[in-house]
Amino acid sequence: MAKQPRPPANVRAKRAVSTMMSDVQGSQAWSSIFRPGSIFRKGYSDSPRNRSYVIMNSVLYHLHPVKVKRHAVKVSYTLCLGGLSFFLFILLTVTGIFLMFFYRPTAAQAWDDIYTLQTSVAFGLLVRNMHRWAAHLMVIAVFLHMARVFYHGAYKPPREFNWVIGVILLTLTLLLSFTGYLLPWDQLALWAVTVGTNMMGFTPVFGDQVRFVLLGSVEIGTDTLLRWYVLHVLMLPFVIVIFMAIHFWRVRKDGGISGPL
Amino acid sequence: MAEIPEHLLKRAQQARERAEAQKGGGAAAPDPSGAQPASGGGEASPSGPKIPPHLLDRSKSARQQTAAGGAAPAAAVATAPMPVGPVRPEPTGPGGGTQRLLTVVKSGSIQDVKATPTDKVHVWPHLLVVEFVAALLVTAFTLLFSIFVNAPLLELANFNETPNPSKAPWYFLGLQELLTMFHPMVAGVTIPGIALFLLILAPYVDRNPNKRPEDRKFAISLMTIHLMFWAVLVLIGSFFRGPGFNFVFPWVDGLFFEL
Repeated sequence: MAKQPRPPANVRAKRAVSTMMSDVQGSQAWSSIFRPGSIFRKGYSDSPRNRSYVIMNSVLYHLHPVKVKRHAVKVSYTLCLGGLSFFLFILLTVTGIFLMFFYRPTAAQAWDDIYTLQTSVAFGLLVRNMHRWAAHLMVIAVFLHMARVFYHGAYKPPREFNWVIGVILLTLTLLLSFTGYLLPWDQLALWAVTVGTNMMGFTPVFGDQVRFVLLGSVEIGTDTLLRWYVLHVLMLPFVIVIFMAIHFWRVRKDGGISGPL
Repeated sequence: MAEIPEHLLKRAQQARERAEAQKGGGAAAPDPSGAQPASGGGEASPSGPKIPPHLLDRSKSARQQTAAGGAAPAAAVATAPMPVGPVRPEPTGPGGGTQRLLTVVKSGSIQDVKATPTDKVHVWPHLLVVEFVAALLVTAFTLLFSIFVNAPLLELANFNETPNPSKAPWYFLGLQELLTMFHPMVAGVTIPGIALFLLILAPYVDRNPNKRPEDRKFAISLMTIHLMFWAVLVLIGSFFRGPGFNFVFPWVDGLFFEL
């Protein structure tokens, strides 16, 4: 009986890897993570069924349907503005969480913390810059998204209510940006916010009360800082995420994105 | 009546002709379309024996009733919501069976006409790839911009030293610009409040169902004026306002603007 020649090392390595892969993919832990039909169970080969499975059997199904109208994937129609607004929000959340590790919202410490972040924390300056510029970009993106939707007539039935949600999201975006403006506690922040809140103080009838609620005091101070910090990192993001969820859900329920014209 | 498709009318008409030919020109059923039934001449199908006699009797008596009714049934049919021709069961179908027009169902009453086939593509890869590239480009832009341009950090907040000019964040500079023209309540609360309110109401005020730009010139003009109003105010407030919030030219007096 002739003994089979031993296969070369690279073949044996390949076999070992594929055995290990199939062991892992066959394990209970693996199949508990990935649902039946997930491309991570069986592997992906390009076929219409697998193209559907990528969406259908992953968390992306919350955001996208399996198929969309052909014109909806044209960049020239949406300019990606809505998606980019959402993406910038994610980018701002990530960079914002990083900043939170180095920041204390009191008048005595805030400016020093930012200064230390910029000078002695690795990537501190870069991340703060990104947070700042992404915030301005998001305001612009949301504004342009609104203009795009209007010029396409995409607010017309059945999408009227989603337009209303969109205007609320625009307002929340501005508020998020404005509350973040105070946090560095430098001259720019202090006086920009002074100008802004003085204007809100002229709300008819309740002017003084509105101003007091916003400032947490009769003057801008450490109470204001804490108040706006909580608004900026917790309350407004929480509210905006809820409205975003409704916004995205309604996009799909109202028949996908509008058009073609 | 016009909703009954042509071919169905024709079929009913033929069935009646055949029935008449078989019965030897008996009493004709009222014609829903108003057309005169042609005199019997079609081929008579020898299908009589296949029909149970009691059904034949019933249909015969029914026909006599309609004939006795005269023109009234025809008028009733003409205004009936479901335009069913009073076609009576006749042993006239192909192969001798009974075949009759029960009703005409308009498309849309049962079929969902909204579900017209549309040209669709898979989200993966067609949409996800676009989104991924867009997200990547924006990240790259933000990263590069952040490497070369630092966010401003002026000196520590100082209540005793008011910078001149004091400016709001750029997106509120339109409001600050209005502040130079109106009472603070009008500029800071009334005008932005009304603008926001009108924006929310837009889909309920604009009843024009058309979406093509050429069919909604008024709406587009109005929105463009609205957007330009704020854009111009923001630009003036950002770049053309100097110390004391007085009008300056940025190329003469320099820039008084921080992001």
